[in-house]
Amino acid sequence: MNTHPIKLVVLVCEAALEKPLCADVKRLGARGYTVVDARGAGRRGERDGSWDEDRSIRMEVLCDAPTADAILNHVQAAYFRNYAMTVYTADIGVLRPEKFGPS
Amino acid sequence: MLDTVVLFFALGFAARLAKSELKLPAPLYEALSIYLLLAIGLKGGAELAKQNVLTVLPQVGAVLLLGVFTALLAFALLRAGRIAHADAAAIAGHYGSVSVVTFAVASNTLVSQGIDFEAVMPLFLVLMEVPGIVAGILLARLLGPRDASTPVAWGPLLHEVFLGKGLVLLVGGLLIGWVAGSDGLAPMKPFFGDLFKGTLCLFLLEMGLVAAGQIGGLKRGGLFLAGFAIVMPLLGAMMGTAFALMMGLSVGGTMLLATLAASASYIAAPAAMRIAIPEASPGLSITCALAITFPFNLLAGIPIYLWMARLAHSMAG
Repeated sequence: MNTHPIKLVVLVCEAALEKPLCADVKRLGARGYTVVDARGAGRRGERDGSWDEDRSIRMEVLCDAPTADAILNHVQAAYFRNYAMTVYTADIGVLRPEKFGPS
Repeated sequence: MLDTVVLFFALGFAARLAKSELKLPAPLYEALSIYLLLAIGLKGGAELAKQNVLTVLPQVGAVLLLGVFTALLAFALLRAGRIAHADAAAIAGHYGSVSVVTFAVASNTLVSQGIDFEAVMPLFLVLMEVPGIVAGILLARLLGPRDASTPVAWGPLLHEVFLGKGLVLLVGGLLIGWVAGSDGLAPMKPFFGDLFKGTLCLFLLEMGLVAAGQIGGLKRGGLFLAGFAIVMPLLGAMMGTAFALMMGLSVGGTMLLATLAASASYIAAPAAMRIAIPEASPGLSITCALAITFPFNLLAGIPIYLWMARLAHSMAG
């Protein structure tokens, strides 16, 4: 089947950032996002989700390349210094590209 | 002297330290906390309905001040101990605010010992949630170094503080209880009244598990913070006792106000602080409030504050 190339941006971070991040990615042009609860460990220690402040989320955003860049630049400037956060991107393929294009 | 409910906390604490696999499902914890907040609010509201609310207005001002003063006191102590500005402000915000569960255990202690207290105490609990948090944020932003940190977005923050789960349920419960009165609540009594103590036990079991899980943070906090988390509640309680005497509260009311001033928030405050003072380490506040001060208040603090209240009243004649 013919898929269209698009960017996947994945942000793994403290649950406290969920609300601001949702607003951020929409403002920067993403059409939508998916958030799931997460557990894990990293440079800032183990986050086992046993307590509100220990909860983490994983947010996935599908968008075009300029929007992905805008999101990366923004989270790097706004959150990297003070929050536990991992961000990565991937080139993937989707059906119905108009669903994820610039809004 | 120790209330039986505290033993459930000890059980959870010990189980976690022994690395037991015991764990309460997160939705149950959520449900228990909703129940406790509503039950406390309802009971307080029904009591409030019996008296003229206008008479307590001057006391309302005093209680708001007490929240700010405890935050300032905590901040001064922490800065004297060379804790970083942002961390000191964040921790001060936690200590300026209050712990609902500590209040529940303290009032439970009074009830089981047959000591009366003023009907407005749950209202004071509600009032003391917020001022300390706001004071902590202001300490960080107004006195802090003006470096790259972004200004506070007060709108979303106040929304988070005032419309957080805790305040909505407490205030909502108070209002419903106030409108319904004791008669209106009578049909609910088997659920919200008789089951209260058992629910509190389950909740404290979970709190024991969570508190013991935070013990690891002690290593990062160091001896000074550990000492602070024990000295601060005692000083806060003295301040609360003094305020209570000025406000003319009974022995039971004095003990509860002292407990409020001694307790530290670990639900409303952490969420607000993480967003408002991002450069502060959240682990330090949680370790102090949850792993040290909360167990200290349950096991030693509450009996001490009762003793303090009796002493203060006998001295004041």
